[in-house]
Amino acid sequence: MSSSDTVQPVLDRAQRRALALGVVGIVVAVLLGWRAHDAVIGWQKFLQSYLFAYVFWTVVSLGCLGVLMLHHMTGGWWGYPIRRIVEAGSRLLPFMAVLFIPLVFGLGSLYEWAQPDKVAADPILEYKKPYLNPSFFTARTIIYFAIWILLVYLFNKWSAEQDRTGDPRLQGRMASLAAPGFVIWAITMTGAMIDWVMSLDARWFSTIYGLIFMISGGLAAMSLSAIVVRFLSDYEPLKDCVEPKRFIDLGNLMLAQVLLWTYMSFSQFLIIWSGNLKNEIPWYKERMAGNWGTIAATLLIFHFFVPFFLLLQRGMKRRIRNLATIAVLLLLLTLVDVYWQIEPAFGTPPELKLLDVFAVIGIGGLWIAAFLGQLKKRPLLPLHDPRFEAVLEHQHGD
Amino acid sequence: MKQKPIYGVMAEFETPEQVLEAARRTRDAGYRSIDAFSPIPVEGLAEAVGFDWTALPIFVFLGGLFGGCTGFGMCWYANVISFPLNVGGKPYNSWPMWIPITFELTILGASLTAVLGMLALNGLPTPYHPTFNVPRFAMASTDRFFLCIKAKDKKFDLAQAKAFLEGLHPHGVYEIED
Repeated sequence: MSSSDTVQPVLDRAQRRALALGVVGIVVAVLLGWRAHDAVIGWQKFLQSYLFAYVFWTVVSLGCLGVLMLHHMTGGWWGYPIRRIVEAGSRLLPFMAVLFIPLVFGLGSLYEWAQPDKVAADPILEYKKPYLNPSFFTARTIIYFAIWILLVYLFNKWSAEQDRTGDPRLQGRMASLAAPGFVIWAITMTGAMIDWVMSLDARWFSTIYGLIFMISGGLAAMSLSAIVVRFLSDYEPLKDCVEPKRFIDLGNLMLAQVLLWTYMSFSQFLIIWSGNLKNEIPWYKERMAGNWGTIAATLLIFHFFVPFFLLLQRGMKRRIRNLATIAVLLLLLTLVDVYWQIEPAFGTPPELKLLDVFAVIGIGGLWIAAFLGQLKKRPLLPLHDPRFEAVLEHQHGD
Repeated sequence: MKQKPIYGVMAEFETPEQVLEAARRTRDAGYRSIDAFSPIPVEGLAEAVGFDWTALPIFVFLGGLFGGCTGFGMCWYANVISFPLNVGGKPYNSWPMWIPITFELTILGASLTAVLGMLALNGLPTPYHPTFNVPRFAMASTDRFFLCIKAKDKKFDLAQAKAFLEGLHPHGVYEIED
């Protein structure tokens, strides 16, 4: 295949750089934790930053799985150029499962409910102990990953089979799994986010919490796809399908996710604000005080108003270049959102900590390197999807 | 002899591909005031007849903005000016409470403007249109495709336009009386 010859070296180079960046990031993050004046606090600080970076990149992978299933259910042109990108992103979930191991060993440094003396002193933590305890927490995480990896395995296996054989029944099979798969994905993701993130503050709870992360994941996956398509569009075979107008649907979906994120986040805020209960409002009080409040305002402006008004305009969605620029903004702001959700729980002041930066770069570099490695394994466009072939034929017909 | 006023010239085609090609060639020939009629949506036909801009999105945006301001303003006026009421010790100006109404009225304003603006801009419903004077035009709602060059086009000359449309190999060419 001569077409992939041109893009292969570019992907190889990007992969090497990402890998180098990832290794440097992880090493520096570990050293920063190591060199802290107190080894226990250093380990704790490292884990906190690691959790933040880990949750962000796992949410991106899970978002890829969600977008993949969504497209298997609905079809539509928007999904075909990004199918291989979200498939590659979803195939990183086994990798994320491995990266969870350090967290298992550091539960006591992260979560109050994992510290026996604190649990004994607090009736609420004592009451929640049957659910929030280290062994059940670890078991649940293993179950979540087992379910996700099974879904990822099946979708990728059938997709590869479709490339090979062109069997039209495979599309129906993927669509039939996608519907229940999406429900299971939503339930497990809610569970995972409650466990990993919400339980950092074991006294606070919100039932819409998992949904916010699902939307963030979907938005991040679509933003990532738009950025990758933008880079691949200089080369075959994606060059042929990036004519203007083709990406309006993807832009509209990103707009919808921006609106949904705002809707969910605001609903949670409004309900807690109206209720004004003393076990619920501290979560918002600490996230709206001082510089955390500045970050909250930044999220409102740059995660809602700016992308909302940009994505309303057709001209922005017609060109993949413009869409990719907005996608970079949205990906960054999703990172900021995860930061704003997680970090105040550790009681640290909102300052840019080097450890956070290097943890995000470290896991992110490894993630991107693994992602590009997965992306290279298969043709960049689905080969025998009957619906996609029909669209392509029509396009070349006129 | 007094000539009847002419609205334009119309050509009849049998397939969407033909009318699309004809529309492109007509625009390439310099005609600007043209229109196409089809029983089914034809991808690219709107662009081919030069329909590339509409003011509707601007109206919808302004409609949404008006709805949102009305929603928020209504809540603000009722709760702060007209009938201040202490609810659970919250300040009178409790703006988070008003966001759902603001949101709903934004949608209402935008969608009503979209529907009414669409009707205002495309002139529907139109009980009478000169194209109805061509008997075969009734088939535009079943299985034929029509392309029309209007007389108001700067380049329009009845004989020339007819000859041009004949050159596109249509099923037939008709004059449209106004």
